[in-house]
Amino acid sequence: MSTASSAKKLRPKYLTLPAILFEIRLPLPGWISILHRVSGALLVFPLAAWLLYLLDASLASEAGFERIRAHYLQMVSVKIGLLVFIWAYCHHFCAGIRFLLLDLNKGIELRQARISSVIVLIVSLALTVVFGARLW
Amino acid sequence: MVNRLVVGAHYGMRDWLAQRITAAIMAVYTVIVAAIVLMNAPLKYVGWQALFAQGWMRVATLLFAVSLAWHAWVGVRDILMDYIKQDGLRLALQVMTLLLIGAYVGWTIQILWR
Repeated sequence: MSTASSAKKLRPKYLTLPAILFEIRLPLPGWISILHRVSGALLVFPLAAWLLYLLDASLASEAGFERIRAHYLQMVSVKIGLLVFIWAYCHHFCAGIRFLLLDLNKGIELRQARISSVIVLIVSLALTVVFGARLW
Repeated sequence: MVNRLVVGAHYGMRDWLAQRITAAIMAVYTVIVAAIVLMNAPLKYVGWQALFAQGWMRVATLLFAVSLAWHAWVGVRDILMDYIKQDGLRLALQVMTLLLIGAYVGWTIQILWR
């Protein structure tokens, strides 16, 4: 039987970090999925806290608003941070809509699932470029 | 047929559904607010302040914050359940997550009704 030969094969038995990094090659839908998770984690912390700080300062007073607009948002490190936020939000948004459609059994065939993965990746990056361009 | 013994109170199903409903709420809010901000660009303090002074906007933003809290809790809990195998550490991180998310909601209320 084939069980004997397959038992000899060395397979990653657990999802160890080296296995994830070097042994398992994720297909594109897998990348969309893990990036959805990564972007979600980033949005919870630290990006949500940072955005609340920005909302707080910009709504507190006109001086606060101007300080954010004219000084804080002009700093390169802040702009890069906002770029990360924009990408994380756009990717989480687009990938989330894809997952909602998958939950409704829309686009679950392999071909459609791959196409929608490409769309999610491209649209979220394109939106990041559009909003990022407005930022700069 | 899969012979499966169903036990428990189906918390998984409730959270799964809640995560999707809150996602839809946040998606709608995002599109509306993004449209308002983009149509009024460049943004001035007067317009920005007036936007969040409106009653519907405050309630909508609070609804967003509560949706985010529930959505994020389910998401972070899933991540911690997947990767943190040690019970004590996972519990500690889950408590920290709840405190963090609770603080976010409190901060949001403070900002909105100042």
